[in-house]
Amino acid sequence: MKFGILVNEGPYTHEASDTAYQFVKAALAKGHEIYRVFFYHDGVNNGTRLTVPPQDDRNIVKRWSELAAQHKLDLVLCIAAAQRRGVMDAAEAKRNGKDADNLAPGFRISGLGQLIEAGIQADRLVVFGD
Amino acid sequence: MTEENAGGVAKKFLYVNRRAPYGTIYALESLEVVLIGAAFEQDVSLAFLGDGVYQLTKGHDTKGLEVKNFSPTFRALEDYDVTKLYVEKEALEARGLREADLVVPVEVVSAERMAEIMEAQDVILSF
Repeated sequence: MKFGILVNEGPYTHEASDTAYQFVKAALAKGHEIYRVFFYHDGVNNGTRLTVPPQDDRNIVKRWSELAAQHKLDLVLCIAAAQRRGVMDAAEAKRNGKDADNLAPGFRISGLGQLIEAGIQADRLVVFGD
Repeated sequence: MTEENAGGVAKKFLYVNRRAPYGTIYALESLEVVLIGAAFEQDVSLAFLGDGVYQLTKGHDTKGLEVKNFSPTFRALEDYDVTKLYVEKEALEARGLREADLVVPVEVVSAERMAEIMEAQDVILSF
């Protein structure tokens, strides 16, 4: 089955991102396809490479990046939600006159149309949130 | 995936609004998805459950909150061909609200009927 995934909460405060990660990993292990993982609301904070969790805790952002590299996952942050919350890639930083960028490896920033498209293309869209 | 969907026929999208309009950003950002999604010409419906019914009430004034009052956007949904708005009857009643208190025409449905509406969808986005 082809899954689309929507993550609506940021890392650590909520378990949504953890659960989505475990779901994606389990689905891939069973041979399913992940069409796209879309991050919305505070979910965009899963895509900042500047998070530094304590060493005895899981690194949620790094975990997504590694899974993306392993399975060629399409991890997409909503651009409007990301801009509101200060998550941007180099191009966006330049366009908005910011002196830094913080997008984690394996993520990209795009529009909400990518979420709708995931809903259209996937057999199931699974929402992880509060 | 059904043959219909594979052939490019519109899918049924339901946006489920469960939260009060202010206090959190979910309602506003949900509406942003609805507006962007309208360009994809899918079969779109909106559902309002629980405190989500407050999103549609008349007389919002957000000046003191210093946040954008997005109440007028609901009246513009018709221009985007988004006309199926379902409001949970029990949620209205529990909050002492009536259909006349809402800014746009809606269909008030029982929780039981709402479940049937959800059952008939291809994609449910819950905010």
